[in-house]
Amino acid sequence: MNFVLRRLGFFALTLWVALTLNFLLPRLMPGDPALAVIAGHKGALSPTALKALTAQFGLNTHQSMVAQYFRYLGDVATGNFGVSLTTQPGNSVGRIVLDAIPWTLGLVGITTILAFVLGTGIGILGAWRRGGRLDSVMPPIFVIMTVIPYFWIGLVLILFFGVKLHWLPYFFSYDYTLTPGFNWPFISNVLEHAILPAFTLLITTIGTWILTMRNTMISTLAEDYVRMARAKGLPGYRIMLDYAARNAILPNLTGFAMSLGFVVGGAILIEEVFNYQGVGYLLLQAVDNDDYPLMQALFLLITVAVLVAILISDIATAVLDPRTRGAR
Amino acid sequence: MAALPAPGGAGPSGSAGVSGDPGRLTTQTLAPAGGLPSAGGGISGARSLRRMARAVTSNRKATAGTVLLVLFCLVGIFPGVIARDNPSAEIYSRSLGPSAQHLLGTTAFGQDMFAQVVWGTRPVLLIAFGVGLGATLIAMLIGIAAAYLGGAWDGVLNLITDVLLVIPAFPLLIVIGSYLHGAGTGVLIAVITLISWSFTARQLRSQALSLRNRDFLQAARVRGERSLYVIVVEIIPTMTSLLVAAFLTNALYAVLFSSSLQFIGLGDPSVTSWGTMLYWAENNEAFQTGQALWIIVPGLCIVALGAAFALLNYAFDEIGNPALRPVRSMRRVSVKNAE
Repeated sequence: MNFVLRRLGFFALTLWVALTLNFLLPRLMPGDPALAVIAGHKGALSPTALKALTAQFGLNTHQSMVAQYFRYLGDVATGNFGVSLTTQPGNSVGRIVLDAIPWTLGLVGITTILAFVLGTGIGILGAWRRGGRLDSVMPPIFVIMTVIPYFWIGLVLILFFGVKLHWLPYFFSYDYTLTPGFNWPFISNVLEHAILPAFTLLITTIGTWILTMRNTMISTLAEDYVRMARAKGLPGYRIMLDYAARNAILPNLTGFAMSLGFVVGGAILIEEVFNYQGVGYLLLQAVDNDDYPLMQALFLLITVAVLVAILISDIATAVLDPRTRGAR
Repeated sequence: MAALPAPGGAGPSGSAGVSGDPGRLTTQTLAPAGGLPSAGGGISGARSLRRMARAVTSNRKATAGTVLLVLFCLVGIFPGVIARDNPSAEIYSRSLGPSAQHLLGTTAFGQDMFAQVVWGTRPVLLIAFGVGLGATLIAMLIGIAAAYLGGAWDGVLNLITDVLLVIPAFPLLIVIGSYLHGAGTGVLIAVITLISWSFTARQLRSQALSLRNRDFLQAARVRGERSLYVIVVEIIPTMTSLLVAAFLTNALYAVLFSSSLQFIGLGDPSVTSWGTMLYWAENNEAFQTGQALWIIVPGLCIVALGAAFALLNYAFDEIGNPALRPVRSMRRVSVKNAE
């Protein structure tokens, strides 16, 4: 219980730091970025929107920094993130973000689960047949994958499968000509558009699962109870799955809990490269257009998702593995 | 890996092959004899540096990484020798294909692409080394101070480290970048350094904690040495390999982070570097207009430089931790034992 309380305290503190960063960054940066942008878009904004924005970024100077700060915290607590400045001028930021979330959850969420399942499986097999063909090609491939920028892999896949071969679409999440609806032509079109970005994401993230599983599994295979199982003459697949893999999967499992938090903001560049209208794409659009209210809300959303996932994975580790409870 | 020396056309890649081969030969001749004895723990200072130098020549990954890195450094220091053209001058016909005159063709703005790749090496290297050194130094100060001072200091420093560790780094970089409007090389170094030291600090802290009650530190304390002396002369030298690994990891991430930021247009677009090349290429739809090289070549350069840092890192890991060495040799040993 004590452990859970400590983790909760850390969660609250980190959340507060993220909020404060959001508040302070635009105010501390040289050149007063918010002022410049708002001045540049004065004509396009309604008087009420303008007023809300000047308040949000502390541009009406008769309010003290402290008062602004508490006002900001109150706004966030009540879910009031202001209005979009330039991306969809005048629309509520909360609304825009909510529209983008399902696309990211669909693309990145499903791919993350897929990468976890496939990667863990390959890792188990690799460790089981240590030194075999699978095991000897994996590590070098992983070394190479860690140094390739994700977005560049996406670009190269676009070049071959999109531009050169015309096999797959690579722009947006569905054909502009279709009207979204719950019918097969639309759904199949969405799936087709998801193949390339999902594949990019899959090959860039799967290595971690493979390697973690393989390394833990190798040390588990050296345990006495595995030797005992071998001595008893149990069939190989039972030793591999019930004895070794079952005990080796914990790091991967907690890693999986954590990676679910990164689903929201973890594919920013891939969404950008494929113009896939999820959270990451929206964030970069907000950045491109200097849409600070939208950008701040998205940064907060991404941070909160990660923090919640870390909290869950910490608690899950403590529940599943009693040895970790006393540590730290 | 062998196909990677893309940046320099004939000259640099040719020399890579030449200087790479003797390295490979030495590996084969030295590995059985010189490989194993170097695996002792707890070495320090100049001796461990000398061991590293020997290790570079006897480990194939280390040799490849070193050759790649030295090549890039040479290109970064003397770009004018390799590419005579001014990389940003828009003086040629637009979108030319590769030719003897323009090894990689020209951009949609009429700049020589080969010159851009060559001159673009310097900012990337500056960022890699700047962030590598800066982040490792900050991590060293904070991590070791936390472990050595203990008590409330440890609590506070550790908390700061942990908080920074869990805040998503890349989105934070994007947010800061958007307020900065076109970050130049120096600004990129500063921002990425400030965001990326926390992981190393944590590693160094736990390493320093594990040293805390060792005899040689007790002895220094009994001798009445000052804290600063103990930290600099007694503790830091024992961490040489950890510090090298931290430098390499931070440098690798700096290359990836800065290129990504430049790619999405948060860098200073007038700086010629691989990331900004990708930004301009993407903005001009290089693929659709048949200029695939504009995207392929800078990307390959990023991969090759990243691979140099990663290879060195893996090599030092293998040297320091024999358990990680490729299985093949272990198998041979076990087969021998069985016979």
